[in-house]
Amino acid sequence: MQQTVAAAEFLAACALSRVDAVGGFARDGLLSSQEVFTQQLVTGLSNGMIIALIAIGYTMVYGIIELINFAHGDLCMLGAYFALTVVGALGVDQWAGTGGIMGLVLVLVGTAAFCGSLNWSINRLAYRPLRKASKLSLLVSAIGASFILVNLGLFWGGLPMDVFADGTSSAAPKAFPALVSAAPAAQIGDVIYSRTDLLVLCVTLPLMVALTYLVRFTKLGKAMRAVAQNPTGASLMGIDVERVIGASFFIGGSLGGFATVVYSLYNQTVSFQMGYRMGMDAFIAAVLGGIGNLPGAVLGGILIGVIRSMSDGYLEARWTNTVVFGILILILVFRPSGLLGAKLREKV
Amino acid sequence: MDELLGQTEDTDFVVTGLDGPRTRADRFVSLSFRVMIRRTASIVAALTGAAFLLAAAPVLAVQDAPNKKLKIVSSLPQTGSANAQTTSIVNGIKMAIDERGAMVDGFKIEFEAMDDASPQKGNWDGQIESANAKRAIADPAVVGYIGTYNSGAAKISMPLLNKAGLVMVSPGNTAAGLTKPGLGEPNEPAVYRPSGKVSYFRVVPADDIQGAVACEFCRNDLKAKKVFILHDRELYGKGIADVFKKTAEATGVEVVGFEGIDAKASNYRSLVTKIRAAAPDVVFFGGTTQTNGAQVLKDLRAGGAKIPFVSPDGTFEKAFIEAAGKDSVTKEQGGVYITFGGVPSEMLTGIGAKFVKSYQAKYGEIPEAYAVYGYEAGCVLLDAIDRAETKDRAAIIAAVAATKDFNGALGTWSFDENGDTSIRTMSINTIEDGAFKFVRTAGGAAKAK
Repeated sequence: MQQTVAAAEFLAACALSRVDAVGGFARDGLLSSQEVFTQQLVTGLSNGMIIALIAIGYTMVYGIIELINFAHGDLCMLGAYFALTVVGALGVDQWAGTGGIMGLVLVLVGTAAFCGSLNWSINRLAYRPLRKASKLSLLVSAIGASFILVNLGLFWGGLPMDVFADGTSSAAPKAFPALVSAAPAAQIGDVIYSRTDLLVLCVTLPLMVALTYLVRFTKLGKAMRAVAQNPTGASLMGIDVERVIGASFFIGGSLGGFATVVYSLYNQTVSFQMGYRMGMDAFIAAVLGGIGNLPGAVLGGILIGVIRSMSDGYLEARWTNTVVFGILILILVFRPSGLLGAKLREKV
Repeated sequence: MDELLGQTEDTDFVVTGLDGPRTRADRFVSLSFRVMIRRTASIVAALTGAAFLLAAAPVLAVQDAPNKKLKIVSSLPQTGSANAQTTSIVNGIKMAIDERGAMVDGFKIEFEAMDDASPQKGNWDGQIESANAKRAIADPAVVGYIGTYNSGAAKISMPLLNKAGLVMVSPGNTAAGLTKPGLGEPNEPAVYRPSGKVSYFRVVPADDIQGAVACEFCRNDLKAKKVFILHDRELYGKGIADVFKKTAEATGVEVVGFEGIDAKASNYRSLVTKIRAAAPDVVFFGGTTQTNGAQVLKDLRAGGAKIPFVSPDGTFEKAFIEAAGKDSVTKEQGGVYITFGGVPSEMLTGIGAKFVKSYQAKYGEIPEAYAVYGYEAGCVLLDAIDRAETKDRAAIIAAVAATKDFNGALGTWSFDENGDTSIRTMSINTIEDGAFKFVRTAGGAAKAK
C-alpha cells in the first residue's frame, strides 16, 4: 500500500516537474551542459532526417541520369502547399484521436502521391526530350522547372481558402496547423523529446528501410542499379530504361512529399520560398555523402542537421552557414567523391 | 552604302571643318546626326548644351512643361508578406492626393506606386530599390519620393536621391542611424547626404526611442531581470536590438544573450535550446515578419519557452499573426508584445480618426498600422509643394524642411534639422484573440519645436 502511494506521489511529482519545466523557466536549475548537448543532438537529428529524405531525391536522380535536379526543393515546397490545401479542405478542427492519425496518414500518402506524380511529369515534359542533348541543357531545363514551380507556389498561396488567409497576400508565409502538437512526448531531466521529433523518426526511418529493400531486393531496384551503372547495357538486357528513370523520379518525388509534410508539421510554416533552403540543404547533404549514393545521402543529411544544430548552439547562429560550407569544402578536398561516394565514375 | 558615305564625307569636309581632317571612324556616325552637324557649329553647341541641361537639371523641364503636371512616386515592398501593410500605405497616400482633388496650386498631381521587392526575396531587394530611385530621378516630372518601408532599402536610395536633389519622405523607416549622428555607424548619416544637405525626412519616430521604450516596458511591466536579444542582422533589426541592449545595460537588466539569426533558416530549435539554457525572463527580437520573426516565436513555443516575446513595429502587421498561427501568440503561451512608433489606427484622434473613418468607408477594412503614415507623408509632401514658390525639386526640399507645427493625422508636429519628426509617442500592443490590442502609450508626448 505504501509502495502504491509512493509510486503515485512519484508520478505526480514527475507530471508536475514536467509542467514546471515547460511553463516558463520556473525551475531554478539551468540546463546542465550535458542536457544542452543532448537537446541539440535531438534537434539536429530531427532536422537531419528531414534533410536526408529530401537528399535521397537528389541522389537517386543523379545516380541514374547524372542530373542535379534543381527543381526538387521547389517540388517539396509545392507539396507543402498541397498538404495545406488538403488539411484546409478536410477541416482542421476535427483532427483528434484515431481520426487524426487517419487524417495524417491521408495527408502523408496524398502529398507523396502528388509530389511523385509531379516529379514524374516534370521528367516526362522537361527532361526526357533532352535525354540526348548535352548535360548542360538538362541542367538549365531543371533550373527553369524550378522557377515555374516557385511561381506556381506563389499563385497557389493566393487561393481564397481559410488556411491561405483567404488569399489576401499570396506571398506571405502561411501557418501550418499544429496537427501533431509540439508537446513533449517524453522528458528526461530537462531534455524534451517532442511529439514532432517522434513523428520525424516514425515517418523517415520506415521509409528509408523500405527504400533500401526496394533498391536491393526487388526487380525494379535491380533495374535501377543496372541503369545507373550503364544505361546502354541495361537496355540491351531488355530493361525499359525510360520506365526505370520515370520510376526513380516518382519514388524520389514521393519521398520528398513525405519529407515536406513532416517538415511542415515540424516547422509549422510554409512559404513559397522555402524550397530554396530545403533544396540547398539537401543538395549539400547529397554531395557530402557522395552524390549518387543512397546511404551517403542519409548520412550527409543527418550530418548537416547535426552540424547546423551544434553550430547554432555552441557558436553564434550567424556562423552556421560558414561552418557547414567550410566542412563541405574540407571533405571535398580530401574525398572528392564525398564520404561514401564511389571512387571515381567519369560520366560527364 | 559606301558610295553614300563617301559623298557625305566630302560635304562634311567643306561645311563643318571644325576638327580637322575626319577619320574613318566617322563613317560610323549615323547619317541623321551628320545632317545636324552640317548646320552651323552654334547649333551643335546649343544642342549639346540643352542635352547637358536636360541631364543635370531636369527641374527646368518641369517648369516649362505646358500641361503643369507634377509626379509623386512611392517605393515600397509590395511583393511578399509586407504587401498588406504596404498596400494600405499606398492607399493612405492616394487618399491624401484625392483629398486635394489631385491638384496643388494649379498643378496636376500624378502618383505611381513602385514595388521595391522581388519574388526571389519576398522582401525588399537592393537592386530594385536602386533601380526605382534611378527611374524617379530620371523622370523630370517627379518631385517627391515616398519610401522606403525598410531601413535597409533606404540606405541604398538615400544617397542616390540626395545627390540628385529629390526629396524623400519615409512613412516607415525607423533605423536611428539614417538621420541621427552618433547612433549608427560612425559615417552615418553623412554617408547618405553626399550633397551635404538634408533631403530625407520621416514621419515616424526613430528606433533610439522605440528600442528604449521596449526595454523600459520589459523592465517595468514584464518585470524582466534577464533578457535574451535576437536580431535579424539587418540595418533595422540590428539597430533596434543595439539600442535595446544599451538601454538594458544602463538600467540594470541583465543581457544573457545577443545573437544575429539566419533569417532564411527553416527553424530555430537549436537557438531555443540555447535560450532555455540561459533562462531569460523575456526574449526580444529585433526584426520583421519578413525576416522570420513568426518562426522564432513558434520555435520558442515549440521548445517549451513560455516567456513573453517582445518585438518592434516590423512585426506590427496582420501577416505576423497569420504566419505565427493563433496558438503561439496567446497569453497562456507567454504573450507577445509589440512596440510601435505611434498609436494604432483605432486610437487616433482628430484628423487621424477622420482618416481611419474615411479609409474604412473607402476600402471596407480597418487600415494597417502604417496606413496613416502613408497618408501623413502624402499630406506633408503636398503641403510643401503647395508652399514652394517654384515647383522645382530644390524648392520643394526647402519647403518640406521648413515644415513647422504641421496639423496632421498624427497631431501637431515639425521636422527637426535632421529630418526627424518631433513626435515621440510610442505604443505597446499585444495580441489577443488573433488581433492586435492596444496596451498603453509610452515615450512621452510630441515636443513642439
